[in-house]
Amino acid sequence: MADLPPAWAPYTALLGSRLHAQTAYRAGFVMDLFANVGIGLLEFVEIYVILTHTSTLGAMSASGALLVFALANIGFSLADLAVGHVDNLPTYLRAGTLDTFLLRPLPALAQLVTSDVALKRLGRTGVALIVLAVATPTAVAHWTPAKVVLLALTPVTGAAIFSALFVMAAAMQFWLVDGGELANSFTYGGSYAASYPASVLHLPLRVLFTFVVPAAFTAYLPALLLVEQPGPAGLPSWLGWLTPLVAVLAWGIALLVWRAGMRRYTGAGG
Amino acid sequence: MRPLPALAVAGFRRWSAYRMATVAGALTNSVFGLLRAAITVAAVGAAGGVIAGYSAREVATYSWLTQALMTVMVLGIWDELAVRVRTGDIAVDLARPVDLQLSWLAADLGRAAFVLLPRGLPPLAVGALTTGLALAPSAWSYLLGALSVLLGVVISFAIRFAVNLSAFWLMDVRGALTLHMVVSGVLSGFIVPVAWFPPWLGTLASATPFPSMLQTPVDVLSGRVTGAAAAQVVALQALWAVATLGVGRLVLARATRRLVVQGG
Amino acid sequence: MSSSELLVQARSLQRDFVVRRRAGRLRRTRHVVSAVAGVDLDIHAGEAVGYIGANGAGKSTTIKMLTGILVPTAGTVRTCGLDPVRERRNLARQVGVVFGQRSGLWWDLPLVESFRVLAALHRLPSHTWAPRFDELVERLELTSFLATPVRQLSLGQRMRGEVAAALLHRPRLLVLDEPTVGLDVLSKERLRAFLREERAERATTLLLTTHDMGDIQRLCERVLVVDHGAIAYDGTLPGLVARVGAERVLVVDLAEPVAPLGGITHTQLVGVEGGGLRQRLSFSPDLTTAAQVLAAVSQRADVRDLAVEEPDVEEVVRRLYAASGR
Repeated sequence: MADLPPAWAPYTALLGSRLHAQTAYRAGFVMDLFANVGIGLLEFVEIYVILTHTSTLGAMSASGALLVFALANIGFSLADLAVGHVDNLPTYLRAGTLDTFLLRPLPALAQLVTSDVALKRLGRTGVALIVLAVATPTAVAHWTPAKVVLLALTPVTGAAIFSALFVMAAAMQFWLVDGGELANSFTYGGSYAASYPASVLHLPLRVLFTFVVPAAFTAYLPALLLVEQPGPAGLPSWLGWLTPLVAVLAWGIALLVWRAGMRRYTGAGG
Repeated sequence: MRPLPALAVAGFRRWSAYRMATVAGALTNSVFGLLRAAITVAAVGAAGGVIAGYSAREVATYSWLTQALMTVMVLGIWDELAVRVRTGDIAVDLARPVDLQLSWLAADLGRAAFVLLPRGLPPLAVGALTTGLALAPSAWSYLLGALSVLLGVVISFAIRFAVNLSAFWLMDVRGALTLHMVVSGVLSGFIVPVAWFPPWLGTLASATPFPSMLQTPVDVLSGRVTGAAAAQVVALQALWAVATLGVGRLVLARATRRLVVQGG
Repeated sequence: MSSSELLVQARSLQRDFVVRRRAGRLRRTRHVVSAVAGVDLDIHAGEAVGYIGANGAGKSTTIKMLTGILVPTAGTVRTCGLDPVRERRNLARQVGVVFGQRSGLWWDLPLVESFRVLAALHRLPSHTWAPRFDELVERLELTSFLATPVRQLSLGQRMRGEVAAALLHRPRLLVLDEPTVGLDVLSKERLRAFLREERAERATTLLLTTHDMGDIQRLCERVLVVDHGAIAYDGTLPGLVARVGAERVLVVDLAEPVAPLGGITHTQLVGVEGGGLRQRLSFSPDLTTAAQVLAAVSQRADVRDLAVEEPDVEEVVRRLYAASGR
């Protein structure tokens, strides 16, 4: 069996089929892309209007706050692109799609994740990238190799953390039938909290959106390191270096919750 | 029961079936309220205590009230009518011996009545406990506020109705629905208060019905506008309600003609 | 038969569900319902088994436990020698499943794309799957709609595509849940003919649930009837028909119109068409045989053609349930 296709072949085929399906309806795709630019702008309007009235926010300069906003939105939109559709788990359950996944020789979660890739989300990524390009030169003064690596890594770790949140939120829906909106507190709520300096939040909320829902790790903590600012109470800026570790940890927990959810679905647990 | 009240009751009942969803939604509304209040309060603090007439407590109240009313006013995507147009089920609705627009309005008012308290009170309660609320001092403001919320729902519905009817002409309405979500989210004053807008955006907003949909009820309930000024903004709301419903009827008439001529 | 390998082995298989019912305004009560209650089941390699029963009798639940989608509450099951849930992915390589109401295809892609993706999912090298694909396309006559998106296929076309998709990786066990539901007569017959060929050539083991006695008659040598989660009958179709006393109908086409064929021993004349050209006689298989009835008819008329109609599944199941005192 020397010519057995490689282990990743199933996934490239699944993703390829999704890309094929999207490019098949080009006009619809372009419209979806523009709609997502609109969503990106909707997110941007709030911080833009606020910054027309004040030059600092949460002890950060305007450009620093915009850097946080941009990093959080890039990370979230990439996660949304890759795994955002796991939100639809209840629909998949009702249509029996999950049963179909279980009849194939691949892990169900891997099939669920690769069952769609929403390229239209790049519209929102684009808006955030422009904000990043405008804010970074003003916000970051002294460039060091470590900062370059951190800036390049943050969208990736941010996307990983938000993806883990999406998977956790989806897995919760094995228990919370009809309760999908609660799961949104973690994903969309996390993204919203991540878009602003965590220093604007009161201590309990700040702790919640840093150590329970690790939103602050996706943008604010790395941004503190980039602009060389100390963090507020409870959030020393060196935490930003732990971001990759937090991403791995978040995925570990997400996979455990997913496994428990699957055990519930197949009737093996609880 | 007469047909329109019956439809409103049915709309109420349908929504009351989703108990779990209501609890989950109220919690989510409250979490977002906490975040929005924190962000806007911090902005006011950084700007020296007041932005465009809003103190910290007032902007927190604004955050909680908009959060309490967002489900009532449907600031997300609503495509129920567009789906019926696409599937052709709209023909069934048109064949009924009640006015299409008014019957959908009745159902939407039923929906709004159901979500008003369970989705509205929890965020307000959380707000009262955390940041405190700056509410209107007189009973008159609440009476007028109730009327203002009702008119806000009517305007919200009338616009959604017209946008959904674009499904008669568009192959794919998702783009139009998303555009509507973005525009109404900003211009209604849901994202930030209309008074905070830069002048160009403020001028743009005041030429549209969107501020009458959300900003006005919030202003009346929080006592930002009182007395004769309050009566005046509610009268403006009534005008916008009539105007948006009128536009919806025109669109519906064209759509129906198209349906009759082309057979769908 | 007993010497060949056991592909499915279930012992005291049970599956309970907790059902919550509203009792009053806010209270809900919990009930435990056994969808499958103590099923013993052996299926040997090469067998073709029809699994029938009323709606809600436990057919789908059993199939889900055999294929690793559901864990049994009690009892054991092994499919292809594997623990279905724990070794689900290994099992998936050896089993093909078609759920009549669900799709294993990609609805927004041309049909042919689904096969490419499935081949990749099973990590089949192209030199093994390509000939198999060509063979399935030819025998299921898929050529004309291979380039059509799945959502635009007719039900009959889609079902042929589903069956081909389930067989692409050459499974040893093929499980079909209501494969012919909603199909027209011609599509049903075409699918059945294909499945017979497939079995004849590759000795694929077949387990199917159906509401159509024609499926059982044409495809299965063994029938299982499930009732309230337990096996109520396990044997041949004629045996089942005899057991419930259901009647078969002999339909004869005659060379020329003949007076109604009443009075033949152990038969009842149930229809006369075309002025006597076609007549239908019902008989109970434990009292007489089709051959005896035909012999009696032949003495009175010149028979050009004949057919034997089986009773329908609902009727047989209803009678079996009635006989067991339900």
